[in-house]
Amino acid sequence: MSRLSDVFARCKSNQRAALVSYLTAGDPDLTSSELLLNTLADQSDILEIGMPFSDPMADGPVIQAASERALASGAHIQDVFRLTAQVRQQHPDLGIVLMGYANIPFVIGFENFAKQAVEAGVDAVLLVDIPPEEGHICDGIFQKHGLDRILLLSPTSTEERIQLVCKHASGFIYYVSLNGITGANMGDMEAIQQQVNHIRVHTDLPVCVGFGVKTAKQAQEVGDFADGVVVGSHFVNTVPQNITHIEAMNEALKDAASSMKEALQA
Amino acid sequence: MSTDFTYDLTIHHAPDEGGHFLANGTLFGGCFAAETLMQPLQEIETAFFEAWQDEAFQQERLSLLKHYAGRATPLYHAKRLSKELGGAQIYLKREDLNHTGAHKLNNTIGQALLAHRMGKKKVIAETGAGQHGVATATVAALFGLQCDIYMGREDMRRQAPNVFRMKLLGANVIPVDSGTATLKDAVNEALRVWVANCEDTFYIFGTAAGPHPFPLMVRQFHTVIGQEARAQCLAQAGKLPDVAVACVGGGSNAIGLLHPLQDDDIRLVAVEAAGCGLETKQHAAALCKGKAGIIHGSLSYLLENDEGQVQPTHSISAGLDYPGVGPELAAMMESGRLDVDSATDDEALAAFQTLTQVEGIIPALESSHAIAAGMRIAASMNPEQIVLVNLSGRGDKDLGTVMDKLAEDAKEGDQ
Repeated sequence: MSRLSDVFARCKSNQRAALVSYLTAGDPDLTSSELLLNTLADQSDILEIGMPFSDPMADGPVIQAASERALASGAHIQDVFRLTAQVRQQHPDLGIVLMGYANIPFVIGFENFAKQAVEAGVDAVLLVDIPPEEGHICDGIFQKHGLDRILLLSPTSTEERIQLVCKHASGFIYYVSLNGITGANMGDMEAIQQQVNHIRVHTDLPVCVGFGVKTAKQAQEVGDFADGVVVGSHFVNTVPQNITHIEAMNEALKDAASSMKEALQA
Repeated sequence: MSTDFTYDLTIHHAPDEGGHFLANGTLFGGCFAAETLMQPLQEIETAFFEAWQDEAFQQERLSLLKHYAGRATPLYHAKRLSKELGGAQIYLKREDLNHTGAHKLNNTIGQALLAHRMGKKKVIAETGAGQHGVATATVAALFGLQCDIYMGREDMRRQAPNVFRMKLLGANVIPVDSGTATLKDAVNEALRVWVANCEDTFYIFGTAAGPHPFPLMVRQFHTVIGQEARAQCLAQAGKLPDVAVACVGGGSNAIGLLHPLQDDDIRLVAVEAAGCGLETKQHAAALCKGKAGIIHGSLSYLLENDEGQVQPTHSISAGLDYPGVGPELAAMMESGRLDVDSATDDEALAAFQTLTQVEGIIPALESSHAIAAGMRIAASMNPEQIVLVNLSGRGDKDLGTVMDKLAEDAKEGDQ
């Protein structure tokens, strides 16, 4: 069994959804980022570590700004791997997903990328702009290295696409709860639940729901029917809100994460 | 009076089903889009192929191209310029005489008809120099569609007259401040907005780049340029050109001119913006200096660092100030069919002045890059030969930039 399936099995036995948290590596700087990533990892079942990119086309203003801060502070892909390895060292059971855009692994080479990701302790990769149709450029390599490939589904996904994505995905399915970019407002909960149930007809993989989860109440509601709840912009926002004060930033992130964690345990 | 022109509506050199152009083992193009956009893109692809086969659609499109846009645009033998250079005969394809002053309308007419056919009430677009924005705002007015144009704040400053034109035409012009506040960031923002509104909104993409089916679709709508030029050259000169030259930002005017010529024995040249020089970091020459990368939905050539971060670009012309390039041009270069050349800011500015003074034609700064390279190439050839240059747009929009630059140069000269 892969580490991700262990995580979901453990959450299931505790009768709760997994907390899947996102933070951009290197935001606001490398030293602070190490602290923040570990703080968030303490409270999470799965941590999505964002690789900063110059052109984050699927992200809203909050995560765009995080990418800009990280790049401005000099975060390189090697730093992302190093920070990931440090988180792994302190959190042996945590699920770790490396998340970002296709061009970084494409340019450094998917083989090289996969090798370093595995060495750093990564379980799965989520590349927003590689749909199953373009998976030919990386699927074989990720599979060879034992990396799961997380794929997205959205409200625009047709029946045909749901089947295609379920066939190619591994680890879990990430259901984007609204047509939009990260950090937008959450869609109608009932419709989301229906879609999640519908996806389950086609796959045994866990289904996590994200994009727009901002409050503990939303997390709880989503957690009632999804296998995992993804929270991103809400956590990333604690960085600019406390930008001059790393201690306060860390505390704010800890509070935000623990209230989400509690909501899922209730 | 333009006469009826018979266009070839067969789709030649189509990409594979996934929108890939294969060259040297690399699959350029494709559809590297977020899941939310996959269904809307496939919907456009289906609608496009249906429309392209539909006689009524083609009749309406070609009728608008003739009576509204003013096609066929002339092919003009620039005799004075040719004589002055003493080399090959230069023929200019006058896309500057297309309605709205550039080739861009060929594509927006096609896409707006498609949007209309698909029942979309709203269109969005990105723009760099503002020519695509103006062409989109124009067809939005013509078809009664709501229109939002995304434009980098830096470009809004450089191309203020076009911003005013778009507003007059009824479009909202939305400034983009993220990243470098130029064309690539406007594309990012338009993509973000489209993701959130794809159900009622059509994204009129402005260049032959982006995710499939845009590179194919934009190319098909622009092949009128090369088809006309080929026939006009045969009619006027009794033979085909020896060389065909076009400037490249994303590459819509270049693919439009060069694609219909690729099966002939004609040297094809794409001219990129060398900015302050290819040896500096201040240029926008993705084919000359970039390497393979994935941006804005397709795999092509890209100006990026060793870790895949897209690099800032520079060009005196906002329309060429883009780090990527259309995937089909990248594939044509890779396979050896396309030669790449470049012109610096200064060379483009000199060509701008030369054409204005010698022929009485004020070219767009984008097109001035093609003129500069075309003049250079023609000068090394003999007078029996022909160089065909795509004059993709007129320069009225650039007068402010040119005025400032000439004043700056004069001041430096005084010191």
